[in-house]
Amino acid sequence: MEISDGAVRVLAGLLTARTGQQLSVGRRWRIETALRPLLLQHEIATLDTLVGRIVSGAEPVLADAAIEALLNHETFFFRDLAAFRQFETLGLQRLHTARADTKRLRIWSAGCSTGQEAYTLAMIFANRPDHWADWSIEIVATDLSPTAVARARAGRYSQFEIQRGLPVAQMLRCFDQQGDEWQVSSGLRDKVRFRVHNLLGVPPAGLFDAVLCRNVLLYFSADVRGLVFGRIASAMPDDGLLMLGAGETVIGQTDRFVSDYECRGCYRKRRDGSGPIASQGSTLR
Amino acid sequence: MMKTCLVVDDSKVIRKVARHILETLDFTVSEAGDGQEALDACRVGTPDVVLLDWNMPVMSGIEFLRALGQEALPQRPKVIFCTTENGIAHIRAAIDAGADEYVMKPFDRETLQSKFELVGVA
Ligand SMILES: C[S@@+](CC[C@H](N)C(=O)[O-])C[C@H]1O[C@@H](n2cnc3c(N)ncnc32)[C@H](O)[C@@H]1O
Repeated sequence: MEISDGAVRVLAGLLTARTGQQLSVGRRWRIETALRPLLLQHEIATLDTLVGRIVSGAEPVLADAAIEALLNHETFFFRDLAAFRQFETLGLQRLHTARADTKRLRIWSAGCSTGQEAYTLAMIFANRPDHWADWSIEIVATDLSPTAVARARAGRYSQFEIQRGLPVAQMLRCFDQQGDEWQVSSGLRDKVRFRVHNLLGVPPAGLFDAVLCRNVLLYFSADVRGLVFGRIASAMPDDGLLMLGAGETVIGQTDRFVSDYECRGCYRKRRDGSGPIASQGSTLR
Repeated sequence: MMKTCLVVDDSKVIRKVARHILETLDFTVSEAGDGQEALDACRVGTPDVVLLDWNMPVMSGIEFLRALGQEALPQRPKVIFCTTENGIAHIRAAIDAGADEYVMKPFDRETLQSKFELVGVA
């Protein structure tokens, strides 16, 4: 199915305004595949007609549904196993020492999609009950997409999803089989708080000792990425830990974070860096 | 050195699909049509990992796993069950019999890759 250049521009503009994400030329083919189910559902003949109806503004659900369809929710448990091992053995271990007096940790999974990342965190803590005994661990997981957040909260996964990255022994320990699906045990579900949140906005309240923002920022323009890095930095204490996706870095992207040489793949706040946050903010809505 | 994987399945089609995926993951692949053939192959040269079907003629996957435990091999291969049996009882039985990981069919390349990483033969 063909889509006109004008319609692509409208959709790209809408996506960027709502989510900060860029629709690159390389992903243009995705528009057609991604929106086809929406056309069928609403019995709309062409993509241009759909975009026309979105632009008219009379049907906000259509715009919401189009955005939803254009988002990439790909995720899995223990995504980049080696990185999670580092995060646990070096990053979390350091926080374990640094917070020994309060025994309180707050962690934010930002752009959590359907929840696998947040539950991975919950399992990492659950796997060492003695080590984390008496600790208060709060895991907050957020995503822009209400559908993804609802799925995350339910913690129900298909057979295909459950076995991607998840050790089978862990699956037996932490999930209940329900027909063709597997559900996170209620004890573990209680450990994570999911909510809808847009990374372009003010971060959830309070400071987070560790923030995981993985495979989200790569879709943003440099400006938006800078803004979001600033927002994340403002939600972390000075010794906080930022974990990005395996292919992502802060180098050349922001002056708020530097590589954490003790924990490969993780980043920490630049000591002197307040950074030009205000000026970055002013270039955006 | 390239890692070696023995694919044990009575279906030629499945073996072919698995071989294809494994080769893209840089494995040297050998095949066996049942547990007995697999056991014979392991005696000749132990692979790094065995991808093991459940239901097979002559000797089933679980029988193979038990027999493997009795063998005095220089080094035990990692064993990943790969089967359409997806009930929790089957999975537990496999783990109890000594399987290192478990994949439910159908699977894709990423799933297999993640399981290899988990058993340390990625
Ligand atoms: C590819 S998934 C990554 C999921 C997980 N972090 C991981 O690494 O496996 C990206 C997620 O980011 C979310 N997202 C995109 N833009 C966002 C924004 N502006 N605010 C919050 N979430 C956003 C998408 O809805 C999607 O679920």
